[in-house]
Amino acid sequence: MSTVPILELDGISIAFGGLKALSNVCFRVEKGEIFSVIGPNGAGKTTLFNIVSGVYRPQSGSVKLAGTTVTGEPPNRLAARGLSRSFQNLQIFARMSAAENVMVGRHLKESRNVAAHLLGLGGRDNRASRARAMELLALIGLEGEADTPAGALPYGAAKRLEIARALATEPSLLLLDEPAAGCNPVETGEIEEVIRRIAAMGVTVVLVEHDMKLVMRISDRIHVLNYGETLAEGRPQDIRTHPKVVEAYLGRHGAREAAHA
Amino acid sequence: MPALLRRFLPVLILLALVVALPFLLKSAYQLRVATLVFTAGLTAIGLNILMGQAGQVSLGHAGFGGIGAYAVAILPTHYGVHPLAAFLIGVTAAGLVAFVVGRPILRLRGHYLAVATLGMGILIAMVIQNQQALTGGPDGMQVPRMELFGWRVRGAETWYWICGAFLIAGAVLAVNLIDSPTGRALRAVHDSEVAARVLGIDVARAKLTAFTISAVYAATGGALLAFVNAFVTPDIAGFLHSVELVTMVVLGGLGSVVGAVVGAAILVVLPQVLTVFHEYEHLAIGLIMIGVMIFMRAGVVPTLIGLVRGRSA
Amino acid sequence: MAELLQFIFSGLTVGAVYALVALGFTIIYNASDVVNFAQGEFVMLGGMATVFLAAAGLPLPLAAIAAVVITVAVGLGLYLFAIKPARGASAVTLIIITIGASIALRGAAQIVFDKQFHRLPSFSGDDPIHILGATILPQSLWVIGGAGVILAALWWFFRVTLTGKAVLATAANRLAASLVGIDTRFVVGLSFALSAGIGAIAGILVAPITLTSYEVGTMLALKGFAAAMLGGMGNPIGAVAGGLLIGLLEAFGAGYLSSTYKDAFAFVVILLVLFVMPGGLFGARSVERV
Repeated sequence: MSTVPILELDGISIAFGGLKALSNVCFRVEKGEIFSVIGPNGAGKTTLFNIVSGVYRPQSGSVKLAGTTVTGEPPNRLAARGLSRSFQNLQIFARMSAAENVMVGRHLKESRNVAAHLLGLGGRDNRASRARAMELLALIGLEGEADTPAGALPYGAAKRLEIARALATEPSLLLLDEPAAGCNPVETGEIEEVIRRIAAMGVTVVLVEHDMKLVMRISDRIHVLNYGETLAEGRPQDIRTHPKVVEAYLGRHGAREAAHA
Repeated sequence: MPALLRRFLPVLILLALVVALPFLLKSAYQLRVATLVFTAGLTAIGLNILMGQAGQVSLGHAGFGGIGAYAVAILPTHYGVHPLAAFLIGVTAAGLVAFVVGRPILRLRGHYLAVATLGMGILIAMVIQNQQALTGGPDGMQVPRMELFGWRVRGAETWYWICGAFLIAGAVLAVNLIDSPTGRALRAVHDSEVAARVLGIDVARAKLTAFTISAVYAATGGALLAFVNAFVTPDIAGFLHSVELVTMVVLGGLGSVVGAVVGAAILVVLPQVLTVFHEYEHLAIGLIMIGVMIFMRAGVVPTLIGLVRGRSA
Repeated sequence: MAELLQFIFSGLTVGAVYALVALGFTIIYNASDVVNFAQGEFVMLGGMATVFLAAAGLPLPLAAIAAVVITVAVGLGLYLFAIKPARGASAVTLIIITIGASIALRGAAQIVFDKQFHRLPSFSGDDPIHILGATILPQSLWVIGGAGVILAALWWFFRVTLTGKAVLATAANRLAASLVGIDTRFVVGLSFALSAGIGAIAGILVAPITLTSYEVGTMLALKGFAAAMLGGMGNPIGAVAGGLLIGLLEAFGAGYLSSTYKDAFAFVVILLVLFVMPGGLFGARSVERV
């Protein structure tokens, strides 16, 4: 295994209108890990994802992807470098079918010859993308809903659809922003199963999640943010008992919950 | 219904319409009105790629129509260019203008995009209006007849078939595009720009593609209209015509190829029919627009399809 | 210098009208997210109704007041019969409805009134006032002053009265406003009435200078919309600034460049501003939330 981390954040800071959202956040994610970022609401987790995926540009600090500095590159370029993500608030293409949603993820693998597309010569790409989309839909258990408009899918299914869509880009690094938020226990279990399968495929997963039981179960390492600053980092068992984390974030109730997870 | 048939159903419907109409229409006048519907419908199909697929609005597309129309008027008249060459030059020029102007304009969103495209259209119209020596100014100018290999293209029926063929071709291209990688990228941009970007889509490029394609459609429609009328006036490039084009697309149904043509038919035929009511014409058109939009919010064609599906289900 | 001042006078006069139209756009947009392209028709109705009521024998002030009342009623009618029934429709559908309303109102005006150009008598004579070598018509002062009074009244209404605050609350967050007991439908109706009234007054004030006809609304709506966007949609100060700026740009463009391209000059500036500031001059820079 190479020693170059697949993702390396160094001194990331960003402020919105004077309000510090993140200050001096550093961490490294090794290839093949499931790495979780946790923290109370407003800790800056989603902002961090937005910076890593190129949606925001940090005011200082650097983002390295497999050793290459990519700070401030637009999301579509990062996608070409093997980074993909899902969103906390659903960003599915509601007017397209489930299969089409996943097919959009194949964009970088398809020809971009517009003239050929106008003339109806995109058939081969269409078939290849559709075939891959069906495989990925099977992976998340939605193969029966391929032609359902994505906007008509139940919430949990739509969340999984976003993951399948992100996987269609064949990422080496996948950022999942609260994949289990708003899901019932059954749906959460399905999401967990999907994440494990993705990791088994060799894809590195970085996870932002509120469901502590889920995080503790599947993470290799956990990074804790509080008010935009790093509080702790370590393996689940260390984080669970870390005094600062227990005090600032988990609280009495959360500590008990985590201890029983 | 097989997938291929369902996909090309809009084309078949339009084809049946183009073929059947000459048997139903009684006079050369009615044939001419149908021809006008085809030229406007072609432009609307193109604008629908921008509005219905990519989800971007343009209040300046008549400007591109004006470029196409005045190219086939000016180039043969003043520079002796063959009308067919003038046609190709005009369409290419419109595409180029869209490609160059679109880059900065399409960075804007929503109402800001609307006002920027409006400004662009007005600038084009103003140039046409004021370059009197070339364009004849507000009075307009004659369009020389198209001549192909010694055959003078003339007569209502000839232009009916030419415009009908262009309409069908335009519909085929649009239908092809919808289900291609480019079409999916455009629709993705429509539903969620940020998700599209994360999946590797160059959103600016996708919008520019749709803008340029729709400009080429508009220029083609404009040039055909100029040939059919054998005359152009600056109105073809004006703000009101741009609004009319947008109205066609929304009235017929955003994203629907047949809808674009239905919208064009409504806005072209209605004034012709309503001329018998003389001064009540505008009042009636306005009220009909309001009524259709209140009761068929998704546009005429998608609403009707929804009704049929709802009944059969 | 005198020339510059002359252009400023004429620019401010036209700009004041654009500002009022832009303000009308803004008020309705803030309350309902509707971009009302029939805004220019309110201006037309104010001017035309005054002309015809005055011609019917009503004294000018009374005719003007009646015209404002009529226009307000039309504005309310537009809301009740065209906008309210389409509640929940998409933004573009609502825009097409207002465009339809604009066409219908123009059509109705050509039936009820006529297709001629009309001029109202100036309120305080036509003797130009000389200032530093430039001249200004008394009617221009009426327009600029009238716009100022309307602005002051609006400021008072929104900042001081409870109803005005309810409108602001609705603009900020419709759901929250309705949760604290504000009748948001009343607020939207009120905003249509208010915009119509403002438009009508603008139309009456400017009719002695620019003439009026059933068609004047289109161009005014276009300019007012551009002004509102230039300033930053939804920002009333931006709307006024945008309106005045476009008026001045046109005046300078016509004076120093060419009168045929005066509109072109204004729109080139609008395009350039938007390229640099995609949210308009006073628009908030938005951060994408995902």
